[in-house]
Amino acid sequence: MDLNAILTWPYLVPLICAASIVLVLPLVAGYIVLVERKVMADMQVRLGPMRVGPHGLLQPIADALKLLIKEDIIPENADRWIFWGAPLISVTAAMLSLSAVPIGPVFLIADLNIGLLFILGVSALGIFGIVLGGWASNSHYSLLGALRSAAQLVSYETSAGIAVVGTVLLAGTLSTTAIVQKQATDGVWFIFAAPIGFFIYLVASIAETNRAPFDMPEAESELVAGYMTEYSGFRWALYFLAEYTNMIVVSSIATILFLGGGLRPFSGTSALDFLDYFPAAMMLGIAGYCFYRAPKQPVAVQKGFMAVVGLLCGGLALLLAGPVAVPALAAIKPGLHGGFWFLLKVSAYIYVFMWLRFTFPRYRFDQLMQLGWKFLLPVALANLVGIAVALALHRGLGWNVVLSFGLTTLLTVAVAGFLVWVGEGREVTKIGEEEETAANA
Amino acid sequence: MLDLVIFYFFAALAVGAAVMVVTRQNVVHSAIFLATALLATAGIFLSLHAEFLFIVQIILYTGGILVLYVFVIMLVNLDLALHQVQFNRRWYVALLLTVVLGAEAFAAIAVSRQSLYALPPAPAQALDPNTEQVAWGLFHTYVLPFEIASVLLLVAMIGGVIMAKKRI
Repeated sequence: MDLNAILTWPYLVPLICAASIVLVLPLVAGYIVLVERKVMADMQVRLGPMRVGPHGLLQPIADALKLLIKEDIIPENADRWIFWGAPLISVTAAMLSLSAVPIGPVFLIADLNIGLLFILGVSALGIFGIVLGGWASNSHYSLLGALRSAAQLVSYETSAGIAVVGTVLLAGTLSTTAIVQKQATDGVWFIFAAPIGFFIYLVASIAETNRAPFDMPEAESELVAGYMTEYSGFRWALYFLAEYTNMIVVSSIATILFLGGGLRPFSGTSALDFLDYFPAAMMLGIAGYCFYRAPKQPVAVQKGFMAVVGLLCGGLALLLAGPVAVPALAAIKPGLHGGFWFLLKVSAYIYVFMWLRFTFPRYRFDQLMQLGWKFLLPVALANLVGIAVALALHRGLGWNVVLSFGLTTLLTVAVAGFLVWVGEGREVTKIGEEEETAANA
Repeated sequence: MLDLVIFYFFAALAVGAAVMVVTRQNVVHSAIFLATALLATAGIFLSLHAEFLFIVQIILYTGGILVLYVFVIMLVNLDLALHQVQFNRRWYVALLLTVVLGAEAFAAIAVSRQSLYALPPAPAQALDPNTEQVAWGLFHTYVLPFEIASVLLLVAMIGGVIMAKKRI
């Protein structure tokens, strides 16, 4: 088979994507952990991991090796088979749902007619891994963690799902590529058409991935480590991988639905075409910083490693600048730049996750449920009705887009404000009642 | 040919898992096999190009209802169930009835084989776009039955809340 036949083979891109999801994703998850530790350290005015590799760059690999060779402990009264299989369910579900995510217009495995539903539905299957793992451990901490996790996931999935329906109304399709395409033709990212939907999805997605401030299932002070308490070594690493993959999945959904997928900011405005140089410039900046830091590393090996990282970033810069500067290479621009913008937006979303984690204290479980059912769900419903009304006003009655969407957004905010007001009133009376009954007793 | 292989694979998986659901002693194991059976059914839907049914089967049954089942099962004391006798002593009556029913089904298929195969095959793109066709059927062609079913479900839901809650 000659090269041309291979390059035009229809299964080539899906195969590359599938292989990279399975092979590269564990590495990416490891590095997200490193970034999280670094961001946390930065916010707490520390340095974070600095020992393994320059600036701790090899820490994830050391951690993975450590976890691989650790002893795999199975509790004596555990349900052996389920204990073995449960982490696999979580990982499989998380990775499978990534198969419908388009990383830019070219790099995708399958453009399904039901793409969005596929991602949501399959990633929701991961809960079986959590619940079964918690049950099979035969430990009270694990079981309680698993039950909390299931309750939390089910509660927040409703709000997230309704927030997603709002953007599906705007796009008129469930196919992930078509949703991004619609944002390109409309010339506006859906975060501006449905800001409240984005807010609801942001909160619900944090809760769904069990991250702080909603990390009740693994609240250390109450439940040791939640459903993972009895897990160790590689199986524990699989749960971790699933958790971080789920983070990537929800970030991808948010990017596709609200942040314009692989679109460049202002992709319709030709006056801002110089933004096409931004990817290359950013990579060059990172490379320059690496070269600047390389001589300052303490050990010779670390100096060399830092220089290699710099060279890699420089090469990426060349690759990203090539299709913009050289017209002959323009054919590969959509794939490369789409992928770059998509990954940049996903990273930004994950950064917001970390930022929130290190900023807010943990919720109590009843507060979590109240927030989910008594605030987020009604607001999500109001938001959905608002978007439908705005679309009807705009398309049916020919109102101005900004006017109709602004009006319904304001109304939704009013509903949210009303809910907060009512909720505060109820809380006060409840506490009073409790005191009263205590006094009577 | 490949279609047939896929169909029989999922069909065998579904039937086998369904048998395991009934015969397992441990309820959690039954739940896992039930999930397998439901997913295998979803696989059959997908092989028939009914993508929307496929994903709705996964979201509703596996992701929704079964999660609730598992949730409840875990709160129940399983040790008690493990020591109970699983099968009634007159299980062979049920077996006999099942065999009769199965024979009936096979006979029906064998008799109607001609007429079934006489149906013209659907055109290749008959089910595309899947989601839109389902929506058209539910919200346009059969909108009244659909709304009646919705109201019924709503009534059941409110009834459930009222029965479960002591003080509203």
